Amino acid sequence: MEITVATAQQLRLTEDEFELIQKKLGRMPNFTELCAFSGMWSEHCSYKNSIKWLKTLPRDGNRMLVKAGEENAGLMDIGDGLGVVFKIESHNHPSAIEPFQGAATGVGGIQRDIFTMGARPIASLNSLRFGNIQDPKTKRLLSGVVKGIGHYGNCFGVPTVAGEVYFDGCYHTNPLVNAMSVGIVESGKTVSATALGTGNPVFYVGSATGKDGIGGASFASADITEDSAEELPAVQVGDPFQEKKLLEACLEVIETGAVVGMQDMGAAGIICSTAEMSAKGEVGMHIDLEKVPTRQKNMKAWELLLSESQERMLMVVEKGREQEVIDVFAKWDLSCSEIGYVTNDQLLKFYMHGNLEAEIPAYELVLGGGAPQYTRAYREPKYMAQIKEWNINQVNDVSSEAIRGIAEQLIQLPNIASKRWIYQQYDSMVGAANTQTNDPSDAAVVWVKGTNKALAMTVDCNSRYVYADPQKGGMIAVAEAARNLVCSGAEPLGVTNCLNFGNPYDPEVYYQFSKAVTGMGEACRKFNTPVTGGNVSFYNQNPDGPVYPTPTIGMVGLLENTSQKLSMYFKKPGDIIVLIGKSVDDIGCSEYVHNILGHKHSAAPYFDIHEELKVQKFVSVANQQQLLSSAHDVSEGGLIVTLLEKTFFKGLGMQVAQHADLRKDAYWLGEAQGRIVATCSPENFEKLRQGAEAAGVPIAQLGEVTLGDISVDGEFWGIVSDWKKLYDEAIENLMGA
Amino acid sequence: MKFGIVVFPGSNCDRDMQHALSVDLGQEVEMLWHKDQDLSHFTSDDCIVLPGGFSYGDYLRCGAIARFSPMMQSVITFAENGGKVLGVCNGFQILCESGLLPGALLQNNHQQFSCKNVFIQGKDGKPLQIPIAHGEGRYYADEATLNQMESNGQILFTYCGKGGESGAAYNPNGAVRDIAGICNANRNVFGMMPHPERATSSVLHNQDGIAVFKQLGLI
Repeated sequence: MEITVATAQQLRLTEDEFELIQKKLGRMPNFTELCAFSGMWSEHCSYKNSIKWLKTLPRDGNRMLVKAGEENAGLMDIGDGLGVVFKIESHNHPSAIEPFQGAATGVGGIQRDIFTMGARPIASLNSLRFGNIQDPKTKRLLSGVVKGIGHYGNCFGVPTVAGEVYFDGCYHTNPLVNAMSVGIVESGKTVSATALGTGNPVFYVGSATGKDGIGGASFASADITEDSAEELPAVQVGDPFQEKKLLEACLEVIETGAVVGMQDMGAAGIICSTAEMSAKGEVGMHIDLEKVPTRQKNMKAWELLLSESQERMLMVVEKGREQEVIDVFAKWDLSCSEIGYVTNDQLLKFYMHGNLEAEIPAYELVLGGGAPQYTRAYREPKYMAQIKEWNINQVNDVSSEAIRGIAEQLIQLPNIASKRWIYQQYDSMVGAANTQTNDPSDAAVVWVKGTNKALAMTVDCNSRYVYADPQKGGMIAVAEAARNLVCSGAEPLGVTNCLNFGNPYDPEVYYQFSKAVTGMGEACRKFNTPVTGGNVSFYNQNPDGPVYPTPTIGMVGLLENTSQKLSMYFKKPGDIIVLIGKSVDDIGCSEYVHNILGHKHSAAPYFDIHEELKVQKFVSVANQQQLLSSAHDVSEGGLIVTLLEKTFFKGLGMQVAQHADLRKDAYWLGEAQGRIVATCSPENFEKLRQGAEAAGVPIAQLGEVTLGDISVDGEFWGIVSDWKKLYDEAIENLMGA
Repeated sequence: MKFGIVVFPGSNCDRDMQHALSVDLGQEVEMLWHKDQDLSHFTSDDCIVLPGGFSYGDYLRCGAIARFSPMMQSVITFAENGGKVLGVCNGFQILCESGLLPGALLQNNHQQFSCKNVFIQGKDGKPLQIPIAHGEGRYYADEATLNQMESNGQILFTYCGKGGESGAAYNPNGAVRDIAGICNANRNVFGMMPHPERATSSVLHNQDGIAVFKQLGLI
């Protein structure tokens, strides 16, 4: 077969990249080699259009046990000889085409990133975005994605403990499915994704290889259209039972001490795992592809290299200890084949029945090695002019009476209403360590069994804010995640991020990307939460345009003792309700303005990073002093929604009144950042107030907790159970179940 | 009395059961591998537990393959000799598949997997808050069998409301006669869909599961 520019372009390589490959090899690549470059230099594997900006993020911290991006997931010290491993990853394009398998394999892939490092996953989270929920297509996607996540996670046996779901027209064709996993590892038992030791055998373990998912990495690196369904073979098929066995077998084989290095086979399968492990260890590999277990006959070398069949691992084992490894995988009835060995020439050589099919220096394939890195041009998007023109005076303030009706609408908006139709389809309690079930808090708090510690975890991003102001929106995503952890009694530790954007070759998209990353970096420095790793997903775009810029933040925090936990709901009638943080005349980007009034280009909400940090620090200290009985941050829907949400869990009501001289809509419905609604006993109120004053943090008494009646600004709003019914059933009614 | 917990390759509540029984309830626990067969060190005073999960992936029918595993052959003999056996969730499905318990567990009437707290009540009528997590938990048996079970007192737990009220609203899967848990005629084999092992720790703010183990006479 003659290799030309056209071949390269069909494989989604550019003309320049094709020339670069020839230069690096000093010859024309053959088709198999070109396929290897196509997978490895795809946006998905190479981060070629993002890495320069990612390097501006803070990636150091005293708790970090591996460098950001060095391993499959971030690893941070939580004391007592334990580490937390966590990462978030996207599976957007597969889920757009085949929602069930797309979402399922997204969950499977992120779990492997955790246990390939020797950690046992203890919790999963996800961040989902769809189009208008009224649309039949959205309903089909939502049902499929939720079923897929449940199918995989429930069987695999890791609880899904938290998540976020947003609905907006911009995600109609290109939904976002981001999955995060958190695991625990004993220090000294971690495994690196590094190949070392010339002559050491290379093992392939797990499921057999088929033709599914071939080209998945490059598929994820192109715009999506209604015709993308024709690329169905690029979607992988998951088998959670195999993955469960693979998890147990991998953790067991690590215990033997015979494992030198291990990496899961995710995007770009065998080529990616062999290249990355070899490049990191500065070694090469000799691989006999015919030894790879397959489930289809006559697979070609390039298919074997690129297949993204699930539930597979590549493992380098200490020579002479092969039998120990074979025994463990036999116990779990999993394939385990010695497919090659480590060499000292830094070359990847792939053979098929003795014929050399491809020979490539490992270094040239990988990020940080020969893979290209680009600086893209950017310019402020045109729509920003509309946002700059918008101001609050274009909206008429409302009366006290009107607030009640708006609040009723707000709690039934799909972005705000209870997501129980979704999360009840996930096993949230397996592991018997999720404290959310009986004591909900803003972030999920998961007990680390065998210790008194717990981990708090959350995923957050309000992409509408990022659209309105990419830099501020990026900062807010980080600030909100940290706020959720603080409201749960945790100290924020670190961040993993999933950056979902449109086509990076579009300068307006690249503006959103570069500014959002800048904002995130600024906020991560301020909150002392380094970025431990993550994933970039570009090309979330269809012929109508890109999705909202969506840099999803996954953040993990630590509670030294489970008794430190702070939960979000009203605890006791008579408790004082306080608002901590500044109230301002702002309604920009709120659910009210955007989804009820229909202003699609309003300004991002008020946000001051210094004030935000002060508020969070104050709440942390007050919690340590045991002054608070609950805390819940003000986010979508504004203050009134925050308050109503606090009534639902125990059915306790409230009597509250506006305390500041502001527009009524801004006060009750605005989404200004840096605010937390807390409760305390009457005895503790004065101490709390003085503490806030000393810390320079605004605090105001809004009212008190009641038995079950809701009263706002002197008006009786009915009883909690009626409001809760509206909140609980809104999405169920829309989904017809 | 000691407990043996059978670990199938797809069990995922085995460790939770182990933790609940040994740490929270102070019992002696031994883990048993599905490929083994030796139960000679267990007496009829002891209890074998089949935990929740997806024993062999359950792609066919929940528990349909597990009943053929080597360990299950020993468990069946153990039960026939009067030893106690408890199956929770997938374990309950396996017990029905292997004929140690009457009836079957069908797909939930709403066709969805469902994980949440529910209330169940035993003989004393006191509602206990216990989590469920299953897609196929709708208990079914024919009328004659049900009547016989009822007259024998084999229906151990039924779904109910917070205040002990009964009705379709409190039945999470459409189980016939609101059945959540049963035993065999000899009262030594127990099966239930709710997970008592998920409700035995003060850290989780729910210890109603302890009462379930007590009512089963296992602690």
